[in-house]
Parts: sequence; C-alpha cells; structure tokens
Amino acid sequence: MKLKTLALAAALTVAGSSFAPFAFAQGKVQFFPSLTGRTGPVAPNATPFANGYADYMKLVNLRGGINGVQTLVEECETAYATDRGVECYERLKNKHGGATVFQPLSTGITFALTEKVPADKIPMITSGYGRSDSADGSVFKWNFPLIGHYWVAGDTLLQHIAKTQGGWENMRGKKIAVVYHDSPFGKEVLPIIQERQKMHGFELQLLPVPAPGVEQKAIWLQVRQQRPDFVIMQTWGVMTATAIKEAVATGYPREKMFGTWWSGAEPDLRDIGAAAKGYSAVMMQHGAEPQSAVVKEILDKVHAKGQGTGPKDEVGQVLFMRGVVGAMLAVEGVRAAQERFGKGKVMTGEQARWGYENLNLTQAKLDALGFKGVMRPVSTSCFDHMGSAWARVHTWDGAKFTWTSDWLQADDQIIKPLVKASAERYAAEKKLTKRDPKDCQS
Amino acid sequence: MLYRENGQFKTTYRGDSQIFPIAQDRIAIGLLLAFAVFGVPLLADEYLFRAILIPFLILSLAALGLNILVGYCGQVSLGTGAFMAVGAYAAYNFMVRIDGMPLLAAVLLGGLCATVVGVIFGIPSLRIKGLYLAVATLAAQFFVDWTFLRISWFTNNSSSGSVSVSGLEVFGIAIDTPFEKYLLCLGFLVIFAWMAKNLVRGHIGREWMAIRDMDVAAAVIGIRPVYAKLTAFAVSSFFVGVAGALWGFVHLGSWEPAAFSIDRSFQLLFMIIIGGLGSVMGSFFGAAFIVMLPIFLNQFLPALGNLVGVTISTAGVAHAELMIFGALIVFFLIVEPHGLARMWSTAKEKMRLWPFPH
Repeated sequence: MKLKTLALAAALTVAGSSFAPFAFAQGKVQFFPSLTGRTGPVAPNATPFANGYADYMKLVNLRGGINGVQTLVEECETAYATDRGVECYERLKNKHGGATVFQPLSTGITFALTEKVPADKIPMITSGYGRSDSADGSVFKWNFPLIGHYWVAGDTLLQHIAKTQGGWENMRGKKIAVVYHDSPFGKEVLPIIQERQKMHGFELQLLPVPAPGVEQKAIWLQVRQQRPDFVIMQTWGVMTATAIKEAVATGYPREKMFGTWWSGAEPDLRDIGAAAKGYSAVMMQHGAEPQSAVVKEILDKVHAKGQGTGPKDEVGQVLFMRGVVGAMLAVEGVRAAQERFGKGKVMTGEQARWGYENLNLTQAKLDALGFKGVMRPVSTSCFDHMGSAWARVHTWDGAKFTWTSDWLQADDQIIKPLVKASAERYAAEKKLTKRDPKDCQS
Repeated sequence: MLYRENGQFKTTYRGDSQIFPIAQDRIAIGLLLAFAVFGVPLLADEYLFRAILIPFLILSLAALGLNILVGYCGQVSLGTGAFMAVGAYAAYNFMVRIDGMPLLAAVLLGGLCATVVGVIFGIPSLRIKGLYLAVATLAAQFFVDWTFLRISWFTNNSSSGSVSVSGLEVFGIAIDTPFEKYLLCLGFLVIFAWMAKNLVRGHIGREWMAIRDMDVAAAVIGIRPVYAKLTAFAVSSFFVGVAGALWGFVHLGSWEPAAFSIDRSFQLLFMIIIGGLGSVMGSFFGAAFIVMLPIFLNQFLPALGNLVGVTISTAGVAHAELMIFGALIVFFLIVEPHGLARMWSTAKEKMRLWPFPH
C-alpha cells in the first residue's frame, strides 16, 4: 500500500513538472494563436479552416519564416461558444511572447473580443465575419475584416441574382426569402439586403432558424407554401446541410438557392451529392482552389513529409483555402510591419496592427506567394480595414464547385454609408472618439 | 483535538445564534476572506482572474440562487439560464436608457426584474411538481431565449442582436482591471452568501425545507405553500438575475442570448447536484468543480499525453473533457450522492476526532 502511494506521488510530481512551460531555446517565434471549432455545431466546417491555417504556417516556416522569424501556432478549442472563446483568448494572449493576431472564426466571440482587444493591444482579423461596421478603421482601430464582410457578401450575391434576372429593374416584385441563423452571425447580413430592398422593390421574407439549426422542417414547409423566387441562406455548420436536405425534401429547386460565404462548402454538400446540384454560394476572393500553386506547394512540402495537419484530400477545398488565406493575411501583415519596425525581428501586437493597416498585396506579390488566380489585390489603409470587395459565385455540380460568375465587386456607394452610420452609432454608444488622422502613423 | 469547541461558552442569544458559532470556524472564514482580498491578487495573474476566479464567483452566486430553489425548496428548475438572461438584459436596458444610472443600481434592478419573471414562471409550481415543473421552467428558458432574439427593443434595436457594456464604475472608481472586477464580484458574493445563509437559517428557510421534505404535511401544519414556493422562486431568481447581470457586464462585456442558453441552465444544475443540494457551502464547491475541471483537463491532458508520448489533438482533448466530465459526475453521484458538501462535513467530523481515531 505504501509503495503504491509512493509510486502515485512520484508519477504525479513528474506530470506536474511537465506543466512547467518549456522554454523555447530556439530563439524568437512569431506566435499565432488559432481558435478552433473542431467540436460542436460547426465542427465539419471549422476543422478544415484550422487545418489550412496550420498548414500554411508550416509552409511559411519551410519557406524560411517571415524574414527569418519562425511562426508558432497553438490551438485552443472553442466549440463555437463565446465564453470558451473568451477563455481561450485570455489563456493565449500572453503566451510565447505575446499573441500577434487573433482570428476567432465566430461572430459571437468577435463581439466579445472587440471590447477586450483595444486594452490588450492585440489586433483581430475577422475576414468575412464579425462586425461589418469594423471596416471603418476610424472607430475600430483593432478590428480587420480583411477581404470582405457580411455586407459585401450580401451585396455581391444580390448583384449576381439581379444579373441572372437581366438587371435590377426585373427584381421589382420578386420574392426573396432569407433563411438565417438566429444569432448575431445570421442577423448581420440583413441590413444590406433590406437596403437593397428599399432601392429595388423586391419582397423580403425573413425566416430565422434557432441555433444550432438542425430543426428546419417548419421553415421549409413555410418556404414551400410561400414559393419565393429565391432563397438566400446565411447559415454555418450543420445548419447548411440540414437546410439543403430539407429543401430537397420539400422540392424547392436548388438552382434558386444561394448561400453566403459561410454557406457553400464541401462539408455541407458532400453528403447530399447530386441532389444538391445547382446550389450556389458567393465566395469573397477565393473558392475551392485545388489547382493553385500554393496548394501544390503545401502538398509537396508539408503533406508529402507527413506533416499535414488534416487529411490530404481536404487540401484545396473551400474552407481549407479560407484557412490558408487567413494565415497568409496574418503573415503578410507581420511582414509589412517588419518593413517599418525591423526586418527579421519578432513583431508585437501593436506593430502587427500597423502592418494590417498598411497591407498592400499587389497581384504580383500574391502570385509570388502562390495565389495566382485565387485572389485579387488587397490594400488596406487607416480608415479602410477591409482592403478589397471582390467576390465570385460558384455552383455545386453534384461532385465539386465550378465558377458560374465573373468577378463581382460590392457597391461601395451603398455599403460605405451603412458602415459609417453603424460605426458612428457604436462610437456614440461607447463614447469613443474617432481616430485622428495623425494616429495613423503609429 | 484542534477542532473542538471546548471552553467556548455562549452567554448571549446573539452569540448562540451566529452563523459560525465555533471560534475556529470564524478564524478560518476570516483568514479565507483576508486571503481572497489581499492574498489572491499577489499570487494570481490576469488569466487566473479573468478565466477562473471571476467566472467561479459569478457562477457560485447563480448556483447559490438555484440551490435555494432546488436544494432548499425542492422545486426543480431548468430555467436558470433564462433568469440570468433577464437579469443581464434588464440591467443593460437600465444602464443604456437612463443616463447616469449607477452600476450597482442597474445590477440590482436587473435582479428585481428577474424576480418578477421568476415569480411568474414559478406559478405553475403551485400545481405541478418534480419533472413536470422542470418542463414548465424549461418553457421559461426557451421563451426568454425567443424574447431576447425577436423583440429588438430589449437589445436597444441593435442590428445584430448583440449588446455590450463598457465603462463600468462604482462610486466613481472605474472597474476595468481584472483585480477590480474580481473584488466587485467577491463583494457581491459575500453579501449575497451572508443573506442566503441567514434566509435558510430563518423561518423562511425552514418553510422551504418543510415544503421540500413533505409538502402536504407542511400545508397541514400551517405553512402556506403559495407563500413558500413563490418566495423561493423570488429569492432564487433575484440571486440568479444579479449573477446574470454580473456575468454579462463584468465577465463577458458583450453578449448575445446564446450566452444564457439551456447549456448554462444544465451547467448550474450540475453544479448544485455535485456540490450538494440544500447547502450553501455546496454551491461554492460545485461551482469550483465545474468551472475549473474543464480548464484543468484542457491543460492537463496534453501534458499527460506528452508523458506517455502521445500527442492528443485539440478536438481529442475537447472530446475527452466531455467524457471525463460526465464520468466524474456519475462517479461522484455514486460515491457521494449528497455531493461535495457532504464530503466536506464528513471531513470536518473526522477533524473533530483527529488525531485520535475513536
């Protein structure tokens, strides 16, 4: 008995000592925390994103790091829950020399962290999600909805639908139903759709689905009853697949269904296969890019050596690419910061923030990184934290996605005033002062 | 040997009826509070404050409220998340719509709104018991979820449905560092725990316990079930509402209705079941267990994996957390169905005899 307790105590001490943070003797690293959703309601979709993020960071290290500085990724599981996301943020923000940038991949977590990052001086990249009004850098100094937000996706999607009808004039009198996730994520797309409705006179039917969105029979029976001309889906995770299955069951034509950036990826449609043929989704900048140079490089240098984070057939798929693009933007911002604050040095959160605000990814730079044909130029500034508003629409042909539209650009004339008004409302509520142009040099 | 009340004679009724009659207990509590106020800030870093201590304090307040309802009065309630949400949104509305509303007043008024809602949803308890009452309170949960998603007035007509507060201050002192938030929550918890302890020791508490143990017999001897049950709902919802307001204001800062979903209700119910139903101490134990265990597992499992040379993925850790969590709940309920509070009382009983075994 005594020997047993002694052995147990010894094992526990050894285990306890392995808690001690192992000092990185290999020198400086740029720490990129990764908030993952590998479990929970969005697991099938958030897992490829996290894998793409990690794989691109590994590729950056193999290419020689950011001017010699190696990247380090540490994951923390949030399961798409806001309080877990906040806990992960608190745990990781000071580790490994300080977090460079956070990408929460959840609108709920983004809202919560928007309050915290100004005090902690860590930027946040919220590509395609979060607060659409954070594109206004004069109010949101630390938020970067790079390459687009919900209103860009909504606007370009409506532009595509109008094109298929032969122009905005033919949209008058048409009925559009919006099936959305009943949460800040789902509701964020509504302002732009309502704005376009005022301009062009189509009818709008709003159909919220309570989280996590696996109960949609009633909603789709309503759709069958109302017979809208189009259905726009603002869904994420298991909700998308459920919606399409219900549409198949009620017989609503998939050609009239359009998803936003988060609602059109392989995990949603793979299981449904041919029955989902004709379903389209708008993609900001990238889609599924199995032929791109960066994908080939990841397969050659990372997966061939057995270093891949996820399964090999995921590489090049829509959400994997989203992770790759997210990682690329994170790294390029740091590289831009190094131009000013010292090449080859580890950047702090504040310095990285300047980098994200002065991102100038020309087509030549993007092609050199391996994103030829995948992305169009991204250029941010002090007051524009979005950087680009390009999108295309792709359609599921039963087995894969194919592009069914040219490059579309969101209408700045409509979006800019919306963003400005919303940001000013936020600033008034929080009693914030707008940034001085002189502050842009910091 | 050390934990005996030899030589401690009470000479006043007041002395006899104090919460901690044994001097060692009073000293221990005094030391604990002193440590909590002065010692913890010296030892704890920001992460410990923000991710462990503050959620622990707020959730133990909520667990205390729920324990009053379920543990002391025997009314099963699955709507605790809803009452937290009511407290949080009501406090938010008071802060946002009335200029210059002090934080403490907003939080307490939020608690009062939760009281009203709690009493309304407690009315079914006058007719139904047990599982059926649980279902009725579950209706409260979903109804409140729906209200704060659909009725945009409650979220100040925000387009996304998410609300946020900032610039907290109490009597002119700004509350922005984690330590100040921790002290604010600690202050609330100490005062409310003291209130709860006195309530359950008094005649109201005894009425609640009589209703819990045998409500027909209680009615026969003259305890009005309406009064007892509705006061239990009222007091419990007040505690839970204040905890909800603190959760939204102090811990999250910005929240949406999903922060107070059914998972929160279950979490609080597990806290009091594991901690010990019908015990003030049990609420704290349960809250500590449930707040700290997932975080502990999250950090410990990869270390354990490294020890045996196995790398566990983040998804694996999350899944293992859930499994181990569930297994531990089952284990505790088998080994000690009356919860950690009973284990604590047993330990104290043994302390009375230590070091002599007989």
